[in-house]
Amino acid sequence: MNSIILLSVLGLGNLFLGFLRSNRLLLPAAMLMLALVFGINLIDWNEGAQSYFNNMLVIDNFSVAFTGVVILTTFLLIPFSQKFVRDGEANLAEYYSLLLFSLVGAVMMVAYNHLLILFVGIETLSIAMYVLAGSDKRNLRSNEAALKYFLMGSFTTGILLFGIALVYGATGTFQLSDISFAVQNPINDSLQPMLYIGMLLMLVGMGFKVSAAPFHFWTPDVYEGTPTFFAAFMSTVVKAAGFAAFLKLMVQVFPAASAQGVWLPTLTAMCALTLLLGNVGAVAQTSVKRMLAYSSVSHAGYLLIGLVAFNGQLEGASANAIFFYSLAYSVATVAAFGVLKLVADQRQREDYNGLNGLAKTNPLLAFVMTVAMLSLAGIPLTGGFFGKFFIFSAAVENGYIGLVVFAVVMSMVSIYYYLRPIIAMYMRETDVTTDEPILVSSFQSAALFVLALLTVVLGVLPGLISGIL
Amino acid sequence: MLTVILLLWPVAAALLLHFFKGGAARVAAFGAALVELVLAVYAALTFNVNHTGQFSFNHEWIASAGINFHVGMDGLSLLLVLLTTFLVPIILLAAYRRKIENESVFYALVLFMETGLVGVFTAQDAFLFYFMWEVALIPIYFLAGVWGGENRAKVTFKFFLYTIVGSLFMLAAFVYLYFQTGPAASGLATHNSDIASFYNLNLSVQEQSWLFWLIFAAFAVKMPIFPFHTWQPDTYTESPAPATMLLSGIMLKMGIYGCMRWLLPVVPSGVSQWQNLVLILAIIGIIYGAIIAIRQQDVKRLIAYSSLSHVGLMAAGVFSLTQIGLQGASIQMLAHGINVVGMFFIADAIERRTGTRTIADLGGLTRQAPVLTVCFLVLLLGTVALPLTNGFVGEFLLLAGVYEYNAWMGAVAGVTIILAAVYLLRMFQRVMLGPDSSFTATFTDLTGAELAVLVPLIVLVFWIGLFPNMFLHLSEGSVMNILNEVVKR
Repeated sequence: MNSIILLSVLGLGNLFLGFLRSNRLLLPAAMLMLALVFGINLIDWNEGAQSYFNNMLVIDNFSVAFTGVVILTTFLLIPFSQKFVRDGEANLAEYYSLLLFSLVGAVMMVAYNHLLILFVGIETLSIAMYVLAGSDKRNLRSNEAALKYFLMGSFTTGILLFGIALVYGATGTFQLSDISFAVQNPINDSLQPMLYIGMLLMLVGMGFKVSAAPFHFWTPDVYEGTPTFFAAFMSTVVKAAGFAAFLKLMVQVFPAASAQGVWLPTLTAMCALTLLLGNVGAVAQTSVKRMLAYSSVSHAGYLLIGLVAFNGQLEGASANAIFFYSLAYSVATVAAFGVLKLVADQRQREDYNGLNGLAKTNPLLAFVMTVAMLSLAGIPLTGGFFGKFFIFSAAVENGYIGLVVFAVVMSMVSIYYYLRPIIAMYMRETDVTTDEPILVSSFQSAALFVLALLTVVLGVLPGLISGIL
Repeated sequence: MLTVILLLWPVAAALLLHFFKGGAARVAAFGAALVELVLAVYAALTFNVNHTGQFSFNHEWIASAGINFHVGMDGLSLLLVLLTTFLVPIILLAAYRRKIENESVFYALVLFMETGLVGVFTAQDAFLFYFMWEVALIPIYFLAGVWGGENRAKVTFKFFLYTIVGSLFMLAAFVYLYFQTGPAASGLATHNSDIASFYNLNLSVQEQSWLFWLIFAAFAVKMPIFPFHTWQPDTYTESPAPATMLLSGIMLKMGIYGCMRWLLPVVPSGVSQWQNLVLILAIIGIIYGAIIAIRQQDVKRLIAYSSLSHVGLMAAGVFSLTQIGLQGASIQMLAHGINVVGMFFIADAIERRTGTRTIADLGGLTRQAPVLTVCFLVLLLGTVALPLTNGFVGEFLLLAGVYEYNAWMGAVAGVTIILAAVYLLRMFQRVMLGPDSSFTATFTDLTGAELAVLVPLIVLVFWIGLFPNMFLHLSEGSVMNILNEVVKR
C-alpha cells in the first residue's frame, strides 16, 4: 500500500519537476524515487497479509516480491532513457511521470483481491503505455504502434471486463475468495455456462496483456514501432505484473475441479501455441528488435507452463518458479534492449548486422548482450537457466511431461536465434557503418554491469531467492 | 575443502586476469595454472586409495529444491583432475608466442574452462554435474568461435548446438530421476539430487531403457561416438591450436568419465540392454575414423579422425563392463590426452613455420629439424601403442576388456592398432622424410619454449608406459565401486 501511495505522490511531484526546465535533474530524481519506493516496499516483507479498502487490496509476500521485481526492473531500465534527455525535448517530466503512474497500475495488479482493482490496475498500466508507445511523436511507426496497441488493447480490455461481468453475474461477487467459494459450491447449476464463458473471456483478456498466442499478434508490430526504451518496459514490467495477476486469478479464483476442466485445457493449448509461434516466429526475423518481441512471446509461453502446473497456493513451487523466471527474464531483457537501444541510436539500424564487430568496438556492450542472450536461451551460469529449470521441474512434478518435452524442444530452437547476435558481435568483422565505438555514458555502463552481474548471480546462486515465497 | 579450492582458484584467477595486459597476462595465467597443478599433485600425494569420496565438501546450494554443492574425489576423479591440471599449463605454454588478440581474455577463458572441467570430474550432485558440464562448454565455444579459422561461425555454431541439445536430454533424464528420489538427509526439500540417491533408485527396466538414451546422448555427442561425431573434425580443424588441445585432450574425456560415473551405475539394466548396440557403434567408429584418417590430406584433420577412432576404443572398453576394460579406459584417457595434445602441438608448430597443413606440401623436415622429428616420433609411437609407451598399456587393457566381453568384437577392435600404424606412419613418412618441398626449405627446429611443452609430455609418455601401476592403482578402487554398483542391481 505504501508503494502505491508513494508512487502516485512521486509521480505527481515529478510533474512539477518539469516546471524547473532542468532535464538533467529528471533522471537522477526518478532513480532516487524508485530506490525509495523499492526500500519502502520491502518494509512489508514477512509482515503477513495486510488488507486495505474493505479487503479489495492485499499486501502479502507475493505482492511485495512482484512489486520488487517491477520496481527493480524500472530502476535498471531508466538509465537508458538518456537519449530523450539529451535531445532537449520539452516536457520530458511527463514521460517519467507516466512511467511512475504505470507502476502504480502494476502494483495494483500484483496486490489485487477484488476484480475491480485488477481492472483498474490493468487500465492504469495500459493507458500510460498507450501514450508512451506513441511518445516518439514525429515518427510514423511510433504513431502506428500507439494506435495499434490502443485499439487492440481497449478491445481486449472490453472483453476482460465482459468476462468479469459474467463471472459477477454467476457468482454475485468481485471478491476473489468469495468467487472461489461460489465456484466450488454452485447455488444454481443453470448459471454454470455463464461462469465458464466469463472465465474464458477473462483468459482472453489476460492472454492479450501478457502476449500469449493466439492474442500475441500485436506484439512484434507494436514493439517495433515503440521507442526501444518503452518496448523494454512493455516486455518486462507489463509482463511480470501481468503474470503475477494471471497467477493470482488462476490460483485464487478458479481452483475447483469442475472449473479446471474448462480453463486448464484452454490454457495448456494456449501455452503450447505460444511456445510454437513465439520461437518459430523469432527464427525468421532479421531485426533484433522484432526477434526480441517474438522472444518475449515465447517467454510468455514458458511462464504459462508455470500457470498450467500451479499447485494451488501462492507459496508453492510454481509461484516461486514464476517469480524467479520473471526476475531473471526481466533483467536479461532489460540488458538486451539496453544494448540494442544504444547501438540502434547511434548506428540507426536494428538488424543483426548492426551488431557486427561490437566485441571489438565495445567489449562491455558485447559482453552484456552475450550474458543476456545466454540467459534468455536458458544456458547455465545465467539466471535464465534456473528460471526454466524451476518452471520445468514444477511442471514435471505435476505430471505435465509432454508439455515440458515440447518446451525443451522449443528452447533448443531458441538457441538458434539467441546465438545470432553473439555470432554477429564476436565473429563478424565491422564494416564502414559499424566501426565507430558506441558512446555509452558511465551511468549506462554501470547499469549494464549490474544487469550482467545480477544475471550471473541468479545463475550461480539461485538459492538466494529461489524459495522465498 | 581442497576440491573447492581446486574449483575456485582458476575462476578467481580468470577474473583477476582482467587487470593484466598482454605479456603479463600470459605469465600470470601460466602461474595460476601451475599453482592449480601443484594443488592437484598435493591432493594426489595425500590421497588414500582405500577410501572413497575424499576431499569432499557438501553444502546447500539451492536449499528449497534439495540441491547441494557436493564435490569430492575418488581415484578416477583424481586421475582426470591430474590430467586437466597438467594439460592446462602445457596448453597455455603452447600458446606462447602465438599472435593472440585480447590475450588476457583468451587466457581467462582457458582458466575459466579449467574450473568447469575440474567441476565435471568432481561433482557428486547431478545438477551440479550438469551445471559444470555447461560451464565447460561456454568458454570453449568462445575460444573456438572468436579466435578460430575462417569458417568458425558456422562450425562452432554446429558444435554448440550439438552439445547443448545432447546435454538437454541428459538434464531431462536427471530431472526425471530427481523426482524419483526421497527427501535429502537434511533440509525441507522433498527430493534430492545426490549421486548416492541416484545410485539407489529402484527403476523399472523400461524406465532404464529410455533413460539410458537420454543420458547417453550427452556423452555420445561429447566423446563423440559414431554417428554423433559430425561436429568434431570441423571444430578441431577450425579452432585455434590451444582450443583444439582443450577439446581433444580434456573435453572428450568428459564423455567417457560421464559414462563411467553417471550412466553405468545409474541405469545398469538400461546399459546391459543396449550394451551390444553401443559396442557395435563404438567399433564402427573405430574403423570408420581410422579409414577416413588414412584418406586425409590435412594433418590436423588426420589427427582429428585418429582421435575419433581412439575414443571409440575407450567407449568400447567402458561398455564391455569388465574391470580390465574400465581400467584400460581410465589409463587410456590419460595417455590419449597426452598424446593428442602433443600431436596437435606439433601439427601447429609445422603449420606456423610453413603456413600449410597439407601433407602433400610437406616433406623432408628431418634434415632441418631433428629434435622435432624425435619428439614427433615418440608421440606418434605412443598413439600407435608401441610397447613401453603409454598408449600400449591403455589399448592393451581396453582390447583385453572388449575381448573378454566378446572375442569377435575384440578382434575387430584390435584392427585399430594396425590401422593407426598405417595412417600415422604414412603421415610421418610424407611429412618428415622424403624430399624437401618449397614450403619446408627454410624450416627451423624447435625453440626452447616449444621444447618446454613437449618434454613434459614425452616424459609422461614413457612414465605411464613404464610404470602404469602407479596410475592403475589410483583408479582401481573407483572402478571396482562402479562395477559393484552395476552388479548390485
